[in-house]
Amino acid sequence: MLRVSSSPHIRDNSSTQRIMLDVVLALIPMVIASVFIFGWRSLLIYVVSVAASVVFEALSRIVMKREQTINDLSAIVTGLLLAAGLPANYPIWMVVIGAFIAIVFVKQLFGGLGSNFANPAVTARIVLAVSFATETSSFSVLPQYAPQSALTAGASQLDLVTSATPLGMSAAEVPSTLDLFLGRHAGSIGEVSIIALLIGAVYLVARGVIDLWIPLVYMGTTVGLITLVGGDPLFHLLTGALVLAAFFMMTDYVTSPTTVVGKVVFAIGGALLTFLLRMYSSMPEGVSYSILLMNILNPHIERWTAHKTIGGNYGKKRRQVS
Amino acid sequence: MRFKWPKILQGVHPRQNKNTVNSAIFRLRGFDSVSIPLDMQIGSGCESLVKKGDPVEIGQKIGEPLGDWSVPVHASISGTVKSVKREILSDGTHVEYVNIESDGKETVSAEVSPPEVHDRAGFVAAVRASGLVGLGGAAFPTHIKMQPPPGKTLDTLIINAAECEPYITSDHRICLEYPEQIIKGIMLTCHYLDIPTAVIALEDNKRDLVSVLQAEIDKVKGAPDYPAQGISLRVLPTQYPTGAEKVLIRLVNDRIVPEGGLPADVGVLVQNVGTIRYIAEYFETGMPLVTKIVTIDGSAVSSPANLEVPIGAAIVEVVEKSGGCKIEAAKVIMGGPMMGVAIDDLSRPILKHNNAILMLDEKDAALPKEIACIQCGRCTRACPMLLMPTTLDMAARIQDCEKLNRYHVMNCIECGCCTYVCPSKRYLLQNIRIGKTIVRQTGKS
Repeated sequence: MLRVSSSPHIRDNSSTQRIMLDVVLALIPMVIASVFIFGWRSLLIYVVSVAASVVFEALSRIVMKREQTINDLSAIVTGLLLAAGLPANYPIWMVVIGAFIAIVFVKQLFGGLGSNFANPAVTARIVLAVSFATETSSFSVLPQYAPQSALTAGASQLDLVTSATPLGMSAAEVPSTLDLFLGRHAGSIGEVSIIALLIGAVYLVARGVIDLWIPLVYMGTTVGLITLVGGDPLFHLLTGALVLAAFFMMTDYVTSPTTVVGKVVFAIGGALLTFLLRMYSSMPEGVSYSILLMNILNPHIERWTAHKTIGGNYGKKRRQVS
Repeated sequence: MRFKWPKILQGVHPRQNKNTVNSAIFRLRGFDSVSIPLDMQIGSGCESLVKKGDPVEIGQKIGEPLGDWSVPVHASISGTVKSVKREILSDGTHVEYVNIESDGKETVSAEVSPPEVHDRAGFVAAVRASGLVGLGGAAFPTHIKMQPPPGKTLDTLIINAAECEPYITSDHRICLEYPEQIIKGIMLTCHYLDIPTAVIALEDNKRDLVSVLQAEIDKVKGAPDYPAQGISLRVLPTQYPTGAEKVLIRLVNDRIVPEGGLPADVGVLVQNVGTIRYIAEYFETGMPLVTKIVTIDGSAVSSPANLEVPIGAAIVEVVEKSGGCKIEAAKVIMGGPMMGVAIDDLSRPILKHNNAILMLDEKDAALPKEIACIQCGRCTRACPMLLMPTTLDMAARIQDCEKLNRYHVMNCIECGCCTYVCPSKRYLLQNIRIGKTIVRQTGKS
């Protein structure tokens, strides 16, 4: 018996699993940096978040009587990105709730990988921030990286101390640019170390997993707008979730456009929202809200910026027909 | 100023696997029988001129064209007609076959004599009488291509020697072994069709052809029937699908064939290098199209080769005569791995537009499992026609004819780049083909 199928009869050696593995590998430097800056408690958050995500993914596929999909590794990516947005001493049970919202509500109820309307990790972080406002915005860091005012007498060298993030600090306390770049200050465990994120980003670009349209346009526009109204560009680039979001969250395939023009529109839209929320809103989570809103707009952007086929007739005659 | 599309080609770079590039074309003869389908082209086929028991000779016309687009079919061996019956063709349609049993003599018919041609109409008629269709794979009747619709004139002849499909080297070998016939075919075509410019387009993995072909061009420079603007060589980067007609015209001439249009609409005549060589051969010998040069390759074949075989010879016999298989083939493709047709039975015959037979082993024939689309956009970046493959795929799955039209499904050239690059291994082109059928059946856009 000969096998027959529609052409083409050869495929390249890419796979969705390999793409997800690349993203996981690109996030490893971030995890390592977190352990250095926040101690072992941060690793616990990553482990719980990833484990809970994978378990919820497996369970929901079983409950929905659908084919098991944990092999595609996308749940691990979601788990890592969810953990990246949380403070180091976040209650563990809240991490589990976050994973439940990300995987079950945002991803599986809409059909699983490829069908989610928004980035699961980003949406779950917003839900956590709204539900558990105090815990989600109470940041901490190992004492050696905290400003003097945050240290209390008698605290041991290994305990996390609560501290504001650079965005919430008074000007005198803001860490040096080098410390900002290395991530030696309080904040969400994954977003602080810019150098670790950039190492991962270089890997993703080198592997061809992401291109630079979204990250560069998004960061450039945000920082440009902030500079226009008198903000310090470097400070705003190195603080908050800007770099993490630009390379790892905005570029999520499912919830971002596929064409270059679409990517630019998506990134500029996200940058406008980030700029407005960061400079003029009293709420934290500006980056997360911008991503969520742009995710919702994505199908429209995708439609407006669809390629026009070469030689295609898009003229008057066509409009009269339809 | 009107926006012009950039001349960058989106496409893919599959592994070339051109294993047979040094295998000279070997004439394979001595077939006990052939079975020649009377329809191997775009357009209607032929009706049989012979019946069971009739003696036939090589080059004898056995199929009379039924329509304006049809070209005659000729016997490829001498012997006796065993049967004329309807059977299934490798593309799934039912056509009439003439089965001929060889007498082993290979006598050439008295009908075979070089044509005498004095004008354009005579040239086109002679090309049609030779039974020639596009030998590159599409089997579009050559004489139709040579007659542009009223109001259009042809100003450029592009010779397609790109051969962008992996494995296939038959065109490459033709250029190496018959360069003088290629140039002669170009001169004949340009002369009778009044085409001032000829361009031979090839990919840069065939740079060895540049000196060979240039030497032949230099020999004929200044001849009375040398094209007014000359014959030039154009080396293009190696990338699939450079050799697709619409893509090639854009790369060579910077002209855009409109959706649903033909190259003649932009004044271009594209001929495969095998087709143009055959025109020269026909005007030398008068032998109609009864043999085809094919590449035999693939992971299941023991000795890959380039062969000239009689049209109608069973694929199984061709492969056996050329060395057989080292392991059982799991999939057999007529044509290249990107656009070829997988055949269901090894007894199917070699057709006029076959340029390769690929026998793939179990590993190469494995059908990947399709998983959910993650909208990575790789297909969109690979599509040489700048279509949106995932959108078309989804629209075809839900049979949304309006959406298929809105996204111009009919402009798809079925090159397969989208499916090739998909990390979720989705059968995009298969669904897009279904989408095209839906649009065809539902009426025009």
